[in-house]
Amino acid sequence: MDLQEFVAHFAEQFEETDASVFTPQTKYHELEEWSSLIGLSIIAMVDEEYDVAIKGNDVKSSVTIEDLFNIVKERA
Amino acid sequence: MEYNPTYNPFSLKGKTILVTGASSGIGRATAIECSKLGAIVIITGRNSERLQQTYDSLYGLGHLQIIADLNNLEDLTSLVNQVPILDGVVNNAGIAKTQPISFIKEEDLQKIFATNTFTPILLVKQLLRKKKINKNASLVFTSSVSAIKSDLGNSVYGASKAALQSYVRYCARELAPKSIRANSIHPGMVNTPLITGGAHSDDDLQTDAQKYPLGRYGRPEEIAWSIIYLLSDASAWITGHSLIIDGGISTLI
Repeated sequence: MDLQEFVAHFAEQFEETDASVFTPQTKYHELEEWSSLIGLSIIAMVDEEYDVAIKGNDVKSSVTIEDLFNIVKERA
Repeated sequence: MEYNPTYNPFSLKGKTILVTGASSGIGRATAIECSKLGAIVIITGRNSERLQQTYDSLYGLGHLQIIADLNNLEDLTSLVNQVPILDGVVNNAGIAKTQPISFIKEEDLQKIFATNTFTPILLVKQLLRKKKINKNASLVFTSSVSAIKSDLGNSVYGASKAALQSYVRYCARELAPKSIRANSIHPGMVNTPLITGGAHSDDDLQTDAQKYPLGRYGRPEEIAWSIIYLLSDASAWITGHSLIIDGGISTLI
């Protein structure tokens, strides 16, 4: 599983925030555009792209995109 | 006049009631509360271990448990063949999956509508054809406040429950000549396995619960009591109604 690709998929869920903003270290809860709907989209994206079920609690407790990537990787 | 402690038009004594989705949540609470009010309860669900737990919690004697996956037509037919004549049916089995609009999977769409909408419709059809529904019986369908208002990521669930609500009004009209009533209930968020451990974090659920005018999510028993009202003779002139039980959340825009 590729971290850069995960970051790109993550970035795709945002409308306003430029893709260049996103790195593995991005603290996504701090992004101005972050919302609960984007959180739901991230969960659905992970389901669709990686066939992994993550939960609202995972999205809430992870800080960086890489944190979430590690959870997905672990369950893949 | 003397106060008569046995007077109770809300009682279910002498009624036989089928409850689907009885292995957890609202279905389990409904089965248990119905038995406490004197009904003979037929419970059905997919998971034998959890259904047994519900069965063991029932009050009184004469109840029946039937393991069935009602989305499977064979199981559904077998259930209908096994049940006695019914005075009430609680069509409660339901599933939910949070998916934003652009991520809706056809497979989930089919499954959610099958469970929440198509199966109750087919169950009622078969019960009627096999003459398993008594005169003056009451059919109750668990819809949702999501059928009426929108919440994020829940469009398929909401649409499936709105379709069910619409069906119930037709059901009420067409079955009225048989003196059979049909009503839907529309719970807001209730603390059941359906809502926990999903796409919404525990923190999100807690924050959401505080938005409710009554300050909290519902308890399964609080939904069961409304279902029981609609099953009982106390609601004998109510049919085609949508009863919202939501701690006031639908009063907010």
